[in-house]
Amino acid sequence: MMLRIDHGRIIDPANDIDRVGSVYIADGKIVSVTDEPAGFKPDTVIDASRQIVCPGFIDLSTRLRDMGHSRKATFKSEVIAAAAAGVTTLCLQPDTAPVIDTTAVVELIKELAEKADYPQIYAVGGLTQKLEGTELSSMLSLKQAGCIAVGNANQPVKNLLILRRAMEYAASHDLLMMFRPNDFWLSNNGCAHEGAVATRYGLPSTPEAAETIALAQCLELAELTGCRVHFGQLSCKRSVIKIHQAKKYGLKVSADVAIHQLHLTENDMTPFDSAYHVLPPLRTEADKQYLRKGLAGSTLNSICSDHQPHDLDAKLGAFPETEPGMSSLETLLPLMLKLVTQHAITLEQGIACLSANPARVLRIESGALTPGFAADVCIFDPELDWQVNSENWKSQGVNTPFWGQTLKGRVTHTLQAGKIIHRL
Amino acid sequence: MTDNLQLNAEGKLKHFLTIEGLSKSLLTEILDTAESFAGMSEHQVKKVPLLRGKTIVNLFFENSTRTRTTFELAATRLSADVINMNIATSATSKGESLLDTIRNLEAMFVDMFVVRHAISGAAHFIAQQTAPHISVINAGDGQHAHPTQAMLDMFTIRQLKPDFSSLRVAIIGDILHSRVARSEIQALNTLGAAEVRVIAPKTLLPAHVESLGVSVSHNLTEGLKDIDVVMMLRLQKERMSSALLPSESEYFKCFGLTEEKLKIAKPDAIVMHPGPINRGVEIDSKVADGPQSVILKQVSNGIAVRMAVMAMAMQATAPAPGRFAAVHADRHADSLPASGIHTILGDKGVA
Repeated sequence: MMLRIDHGRIIDPANDIDRVGSVYIADGKIVSVTDEPAGFKPDTVIDASRQIVCPGFIDLSTRLRDMGHSRKATFKSEVIAAAAAGVTTLCLQPDTAPVIDTTAVVELIKELAEKADYPQIYAVGGLTQKLEGTELSSMLSLKQAGCIAVGNANQPVKNLLILRRAMEYAASHDLLMMFRPNDFWLSNNGCAHEGAVATRYGLPSTPEAAETIALAQCLELAELTGCRVHFGQLSCKRSVIKIHQAKKYGLKVSADVAIHQLHLTENDMTPFDSAYHVLPPLRTEADKQYLRKGLAGSTLNSICSDHQPHDLDAKLGAFPETEPGMSSLETLLPLMLKLVTQHAITLEQGIACLSANPARVLRIESGALTPGFAADVCIFDPELDWQVNSENWKSQGVNTPFWGQTLKGRVTHTLQAGKIIHRL
Repeated sequence: MTDNLQLNAEGKLKHFLTIEGLSKSLLTEILDTAESFAGMSEHQVKKVPLLRGKTIVNLFFENSTRTRTTFELAATRLSADVINMNIATSATSKGESLLDTIRNLEAMFVDMFVVRHAISGAAHFIAQQTAPHISVINAGDGQHAHPTQAMLDMFTIRQLKPDFSSLRVAIIGDILHSRVARSEIQALNTLGAAEVRVIAPKTLLPAHVESLGVSVSHNLTEGLKDIDVVMMLRLQKERMSSALLPSESEYFKCFGLTEEKLKIAKPDAIVMHPGPINRGVEIDSKVADGPQSVILKQVSNGIAVRMAVMAMAMQATAPAPGRFAAVHADRHADSLPASGIHTILGDKGVA
């Protein structure tokens, strides 16, 4: 099986490529992005004129629901959304139902992924049993079963001693820990940023300190234990500063930001519109600007979708009582491109944050158009306008504040290991 | 972030959910309308037929005596039929969702919901969800708003001190958890008060409280200088157990209003409290029952103000026989996956 993509602008940050040309794919792998290999006879040719050809996107934090949450979404519904978003690899957070804390659940996820014809789903194993934050999970078994990292999703680890032990144990097996910093007590069941807007609307609120204190503690433990840590979904200025200092100091840490934090602030919340209910909460304009700066300066190296599809009932209620999270795979690319048009980052940086950089975090051979790598490719039209509506939307979760808006930039083809899994 | 959900196409009050976003003239209209009802209570026949044939449901998801009773009296005096539902001990405890409760009551052809709920935004949610011919009056939602309480306080102030622009008002106590305080601050600022000052320890003040348009003091003795109106807030006993305050006695020592401290305010200052009072915690009995206290006047005024709001909201809601069934059919179609939530959640300006 041979496939050629012609006339596209190839942007491959890992290999420092940005030029118009062809990509040659055979047997599911990239063969060449320069010269036509001898004897190359493509079965399929994709014309990518006026489009951008780049590595398929790697999403570091996704929820596909299914299993105990299948009324919200299923693997089947969400992998279609992922493919339509140009995402070819995704990391499943462990707070599934049941949680990912045994090899049996990891196997079940692999099976569901295969049934959905989307094999590149990596499970993040639970850091603690049942994510209860008290006893270590069988991390080595989880790793051997295929878990790419460990983490405790949004659940707190009971105390710093347990977190220290978990990190030491993870480090012993060279496991990456994914950590969303949030101090349980300081967050105080908040559903909004502790600022002027929450004060005006009387919403239970969470200060930045809930994030920065947990972050600072974990950074200290990263040094103490030598554990590789990736910090997920940072939301505020002071977190960016802390990561910057830690990297300068020499700690092996990395961090991402959820795409909506780069575009929305507390001021965008329409009074009590539950579509804006996310955790960590939308913060201030200054935080948003600093998160953008963090990306531009590579302090934050990845952008994740933090995709959390919900059923209608989950979002129908008074704001604090609704479930947090946005359905955000399909808005990932257009919102990244908006950062480029607003001069926050370059197009190359934006693509790297969605491909080469998360691949480096996960230490996988992906996120680049390197010959020999699996042919995970995203082809998109950066100028194509589309409306977020029921006709275009694939995810089962329609919980996005961008509903009804017209966004610029749309994926036309997605290839996963050489197989076309999305065609517009 | 304007909130025009409360107004109909002509700018009239359709729902009364929060003071925020309402104009000075509309607030004044509420006060003037209340004025016209105020004398009624002393008449032999205490009823007007304004809302005859209308059905009003008092939907109280949280316990209340004073607010529910005055709403009930107000509705009765407007000749409406009133149903009291104490949901705290009813449907939701059987697992029924807020939305289902509302749908069921709608199906009984009611005209107005008076809602009290422990969660901020509950009244907004109901107003967005309910059929267009139904008005929603917020009788207190979480820590967000209690607009009728604020308006009855404004009414009481105006009776005694008609010129808001010369008034310095102090609000004392648990601002953080108080929906009354938020609504009072918005009402006073909209009506043009010279100064609104909040006095509380930091643990009882929300973040960026000054962004509400207030000055801040942590000291009652200093804070009461030049004050015309002293508004005390109720201190919930459970705040002691949540590490917000060390003890009732220390709170009383610092922030309790005594005769001696009241002398620091202007000599003709009035003392208000939304009730129920914790005697000896936030206010000394001698002050609560003293000559400067207008606390019971507030309660009486509650009826007139609530009559005014109910009458105004009902007038802004045009009767539309037959539309009810159609609305339900539409909504049913809308609740299908993918297309639904945004229509359901309401494209902002519903009215």
